[in-house]
Amino acid sequence: MYGLDKYAPDVLLAYALGMALLAAIILGSVIQSKRAKKRLEDLE
Amino acid sequence: MASIWQYANPAKFMATTARFMGPLWVLSIATLATGLIWGFFFTPDDFKQGSTVKIIYLHVPSAMMAINAWIMMLVASLIWLIRRHHVSALAAKAAAPIGVTFTLIAMATGAVWGKPMWGTYWAWDPRLTSFMILLIFYFGYIALWEALEDKDLAADLTSILCMVGSVFALLSRYAVQFWSQGLHQGTSIPLVTGERQVDDVFFIPLLFAMGGFILLFITLLLLRTRTAIRLRRIQALKAKET
Repeated sequence: MYGLDKYAPDVLLAYALGMALLAAIILGSVIQSKRAKKRLEDLE
Repeated sequence: MASIWQYANPAKFMATTARFMGPLWVLSIATLATGLIWGFFFTPDDFKQGSTVKIIYLHVPSAMMAINAWIMMLVASLIWLIRRHHVSALAAKAAAPIGVTFTLIAMATGAVWGKPMWGTYWAWDPRLTSFMILLIFYFGYIALWEALEDKDLAADLTSILCMVGSVFALLSRYAVQFWSQGLHQGTSIPLVTGERQVDDVFFIPLLFAMGGFILLFITLLLLRTRTAIRLRRIQALKAKET
């Protein structure tokens, strides 16, 4: 499927885990930053 | 030349970093995507490991940055203890969740690689064990920050914890060099001797992935430090209101 069948399942699992964790820290940091910015603007 | 300590002023730090955030995001995502896409789709399989070798593009850079994030926290903690700059303490605090994420990526990808290569997900090998201890120190560091109301006291105590944890961060880095009984192989890319054991076809995309992780760490660190400064300002404004 999508040419991914040539990869061993452990490679796909490792990339899925790695990408999920990277996405979590990036999105978490961005959302937290936007919320703090908005709250500070409201207070000021 | 302006002194580096001027950036200890939160207003100056916010104004200066605001100019870099956009370009840093673009550069870090582009470099990381280049390394990972090149490594995953456009490198050959290893003659022994098959496609499993492609895990190195995530494992090596994340393990490198898991240790370096703690070393950065140590430097920031020492600056806090010696010069009492709040931005420095907040930068150390901001780096910890990034370090945890990189440590988890290194351990998860390492375990997934270990099963087909070593026949086990985990072994009490010196490097793996010191990494596990580093992860526990990361969680302890974050918990200690959150546990204390007095933020200056929290910064003092977490700085001391950071100094203790640095032993394990350095142990994680050098364990493969002076402990030969472990399962984990020695370093493949020695910085000093230059006797690299990785072919260019794997090494160049790996360099991009490493550069991408370094840039992503810097970008997230600046973003999270800016957020921490804003949260302190919110606290101060709320305290003034009540």
